Amino acid sequence: MYVGKTLAVLLGSGLLLGASQLQAAATATMLADTCAGCHGTDGASNGPATPSIAGNSETYMVDTMMAFKSGERPSTVMGRIAKGYSEEEFKLMGSYFAKQPIAKTSQDLNDTKVAAGSKLFGKNCEKCHDEKGGLADDDSGILASQWLPYLQYSMVDFKAGSREMAKKMKKKVDKLSDDELAALLQFFASQQ
Amino acid sequence: MSKINRRSFIKIAGSAAAVSAVGFPAIAAAGGKKQVVIVGGGVGGATAAKYIRRADSSVEVTLIEPNKDYYTCFMSNEVIGGDRNMDSIKFGYDGLRKHGVTVVHDTVTAIDAKGRKVTTKGGQSFGYDRCIVAPGISFVDNIEGYDAAAAEKMPHAWKAGPQTVLLRKQLEAMPDGGMVLIAPPPNPFRCPPGPYERACQIAHYLKSHKPKSKILILDSKDKFSKQGLFTQAWDRHYKGMIEWVKAVDTGGGVKSVDAKTGTVSTEFDEYKPAVTNIIPAQVAGTIAKVAGLTDEKGWCPIEGKTFESTIHKGIHVIGDAAHQSPLPKSGYAANSEAKVVAAAVVDLVNGREPGTPSWVNTCYSIVAPKDGISVAMVYNLVDGKVAKVEGSGGLTPMDSSPEDRAREEQYAHSWFKNITGDIFG
Repeated sequence: MYVGKTLAVLLGSGLLLGASQLQAAATATMLADTCAGCHGTDGASNGPATPSIAGNSETYMVDTMMAFKSGERPSTVMGRIAKGYSEEEFKLMGSYFAKQPIAKTSQDLNDTKVAAGSKLFGKNCEKCHDEKGGLADDDSGILASQWLPYLQYSMVDFKAGSREMAKKMKKKVDKLSDDELAALLQFFASQQ
Repeated sequence: MSKINRRSFIKIAGSAAAVSAVGFPAIAAAGGKKQVVIVGGGVGGATAAKYIRRADSSVEVTLIEPNKDYYTCFMSNEVIGGDRNMDSIKFGYDGLRKHGVTVVHDTVTAIDAKGRKVTTKGGQSFGYDRCIVAPGISFVDNIEGYDAAAAEKMPHAWKAGPQTVLLRKQLEAMPDGGMVLIAPPPNPFRCPPGPYERACQIAHYLKSHKPKSKILILDSKDKFSKQGLFTQAWDRHYKGMIEWVKAVDTGGGVKSVDAKTGTVSTEFDEYKPAVTNIIPAQVAGTIAKVAGLTDEKGWCPIEGKTFESTIHKGIHVIGDAAHQSPLPKSGYAANSEAKVVAAAVVDLVNGREPGTPSWVNTCYSIVAPKDGISVAMVYNLVDGKVAKVEGSGGLTPMDSSPEDRAREEQYAHSWFKNITGDIFG
């Protein structure tokens, strides 16, 4: 009985099979911790430009990271790093960040623009970026309280066509003026 | 699987009580609290302290560091270039105290690996179940005449602090038309792109304040990190201001200095620069050698998975002091290694097998305002050793757009705020 238990323990720990044959996946925490250097502890970025990734849905994270990995989504450094991970690893990271609270930022914003953005939000963005960009479940990425330079970079890429927009979004964006888009970004950044 | 009879099973069972499945000594968790002592409060040490407490608040962590404040080496080149002040790279230890880390300001003088005890200059001693050593670098006398007194005339500024301020003041005091000489160290050394980013930052200052001045880099190597990108950036922003001379053209770079006369000599030539920045060759921080953790090359050999010393069991070495290659001697690497080791140490003191590690590195260099470049890489464990994940990482492309490089500069500053928050916050 004692012997049997020991065998089970040894088998379970991998001693009898050799550790190298049994290389398990790194844990979600292990993988997510590697992101903190650039995206902040637990994905809550201190800014000024690198986005917070805390609170994003797992689906959004996996889709985003796979798009970075393939080059479908343009980037500076993220694509190079994304090439080092598997979809399975992105799922683990995504599961970790999905459990973190949305990061709150304090940024210098233009009140007039925020107010203008607030008026445009309902008609143009709310369907897919619900709760003022703070709902994870719509899998569209947390925009609420996000760092403004990041939002601006994203819009530059969308407008330039280097990053693909969802069809519904493109329809709206094409109709909005640059000032209106700028106001919307300020509105999202202002959410607390 | 070979046949195991009942007797050998019992033998294995018996040894399993004292040795965990992977051969690490198990700690008698019953009784006293689990103790981890960390030697050195830089990037590696401070990150490890915080992340151990995050993972298991029942582990008592004592961090021993002589200085009350830590000045980050990263971004110190911006202080030298004048775009940043010292306060912005200064970090204290109150954040770690809030995580329940006991911070002791003292200097470790000995580590007794057998007795599992650390002793300090102040006469204190600390027992441990696991010790993490993160002492950074110390300098080697590879340049004749470059001693502690010479460093006050010709600063290295390779440990941020008063040396950074000294180099900055010398640049402010030098005349327009003067020469700044930078002597980068041989490999391996802390922050491989650092000397060349420094050239950019100094040139950035000189360009607007002392435009007739020149920078001469007398290297002890024939090539260097991000070379193509730096050479391109020098041409883009500081055309004609920076001259880099490879080792083979000078017989190996700077051979000697005379701090009294301000003379710098190579095998063939003598120079009298207005400002001289000598960055000496490096080895692991002094305590690593004193504790017998270094090899003949002066760095600490380690197991890949847990960064446990291959010389002394129970001691893990992280950051610049470790033989961490292919991970570079960078702040991000030290931060990443510290988290892996923190997780391993928490597992080990709880009698568990450490999990599969994962590391990452990103090094930004700011070559001018609104112009940043980077190198990145993901690492995993292959056959017990740290390995680059194939296909990952790499450099900023040579043909990257000004818009992308402006973003990289913003990401570099974001990285600084996030990594320092991750270490000390």
